[in-house]
Amino acid sequence: MFSETAKKELEEIRLKYPNARAALLPALYLAQREFGWLSPEAYEAVSGILGVPKAIARGVGTFYAMYKHKPMGRNIVQLCTNVSCMILGAERLVDFLKNKYGLEPGGTSPDGRFSLVIMECIGACGTAPAMLVNDDFFENLTEKYIEEILEKYK
Amino acid sequence: MEKILLKNIDNPNSADIAEYMKAGGYQSLPKALGMQPKEIIEEVKKAGLRGRGGAGFPVAMKWTFASADPKFPKYLLCNADEGEPGTFKDRPILEKNPHLLIEGMAISGFALSAEYGYIYLRGEYPAAKDILNKAIAQAYEKGFLGDNVAGKGFKFHLAVHQGAGAYICGEETALIESLEGDKGQPRIKPPFPVNVGAFAKPTVVNNVETLSNLPYLIGIGGEAYAKIGSPDCPGPKIYCVSGHVEKPGVYELPMGTNLRDIIYTHCGGIKGGKKLKAVIPGGISTPILPPDKIDCAMDFVNMPKHGSMLGSGAVIVMDESVCLVKVCYRALKFFEHESCGKCTPCREGTGWLRKVLGRIENGQGMEGDIDLLQSIAGNMLGKTFCPLGDGAASVVQNFIKHFRPEFEAHIKNKACSTG
Repeated sequence: MFSETAKKELEEIRLKYPNARAALLPALYLAQREFGWLSPEAYEAVSGILGVPKAIARGVGTFYAMYKHKPMGRNIVQLCTNVSCMILGAERLVDFLKNKYGLEPGGTSPDGRFSLVIMECIGACGTAPAMLVNDDFFENLTEKYIEEILEKYK
Repeated sequence: MEKILLKNIDNPNSADIAEYMKAGGYQSLPKALGMQPKEIIEEVKKAGLRGRGGAGFPVAMKWTFASADPKFPKYLLCNADEGEPGTFKDRPILEKNPHLLIEGMAISGFALSAEYGYIYLRGEYPAAKDILNKAIAQAYEKGFLGDNVAGKGFKFHLAVHQGAGAYICGEETALIESLEGDKGQPRIKPPFPVNVGAFAKPTVVNNVETLSNLPYLIGIGGEAYAKIGSPDCPGPKIYCVSGHVEKPGVYELPMGTNLRDIIYTHCGGIKGGKKLKAVIPGGISTPILPPDKIDCAMDFVNMPKHGSMLGSGAVIVMDESVCLVKVCYRALKFFEHESCGKCTPCREGTGWLRKVLGRIENGQGMEGDIDLLQSIAGNMLGKTFCPLGDGAASVVQNFIKHFRPEFEAHIKNKACSTG
């Protein structure tokens, strides 16, 4: 079930749209925040509140890359490897994350501290290579800089 | 050229409404509200404004279609799903100049008699979401949004709708599907969104940069605006340059600035004095150009004459160290990942192209693979609802057209000579 705060938030979000169905994407974000990932219980909750059938909610949810369908690490490292980042060394950084933290693309580190998601362009091409850790942007990455950044995420 | 779209962005508080107003913001909106909606569309027509999302469609034409449709309410959607690889031109407007966009949307909403606007913001811009929401709240507080905008009796409500990581939602009908709470799969056209768009109502979808032109355009008038940049494609343009240049970043320049000047004058040339190998001028979907073909004015009308497109104005510069087979492979991996799966030629074709490119890149290419790539690409072009499949196919065709020997060498030597 959604917490009372989340329920209230969703009620406000609902008012921004002419119908309940249009609130599905924000509701899924909210559910992801509440449940940590879009578990069967999360879909149950969204479906119950919006009146959208579970099958439809799940069909929509699984279409989008930023909805997570398995438990994630405490921090999500979202590294771009698209062309502008690739030609400036992003692949080296993928190797570094693997060697240093045991992080595979799509995987979670053994200690549950980080999950690694490979991104398709995050709009930081002029300061490539770049990544988001949770909601924070980091640009002009090097191995050393990544190490410093990740130190702050426990 | 004075900065219009990126004005004031060096001010650390530029996103605040007080700073925006101090710099002359929210003066065009009351002016626009004193005009007739048709007069605003007429100014936009005189200005020759074209959509900055990639296609360069004349804005006034789109607006005329939507405003002629008798159905209400009408919707104005801002496409802030900036996802074309290499593109980061809208992000500074969203993060540093949100009120410019909000004012532009309120003006456009009035011109269209639209009561509701949404900013469809990509999920990968979490900072922009908070900044926009705060700016929208400020605009409501000051009366620039709401039931009685600037006290002139015009109702316009605006909200942010966050995408969730799907490139295809930058396509306008997929964007509408996604706004309505569905998978971002493009619709067949017609009907066009200007008649049957969001919630089956007349809808205009314009890019962030396009809408952000409105306050200035209305401020100085269409005729004066048309004097900036290329005669057949006027206005300021934000070019965003990445890759191997000395000074990558966003550059607001007159539309039609020469590509060579952008790279060598504005961006300081190739990083470390290396040799230029190739340029993708308008985001990954636009045809790649070899170094001897970069003397071209970067606008919507001129670039096709030079075998490419302006696209989003996202210039990706690659020096001699880059393996273009690898870049092509990476690009196709992207298209395969982002194909929405609705049209078979795109869903299957992007995967096939990626696989064949992958084996060439990994030293397992076979004789005939280049012809195979051409054949797959040829079977995708023009056979899909939206331009994603065409983009993927034409990327492969143009890489081969200009750099065929590099693909052949990969297959023959079973390895890359670039490293």
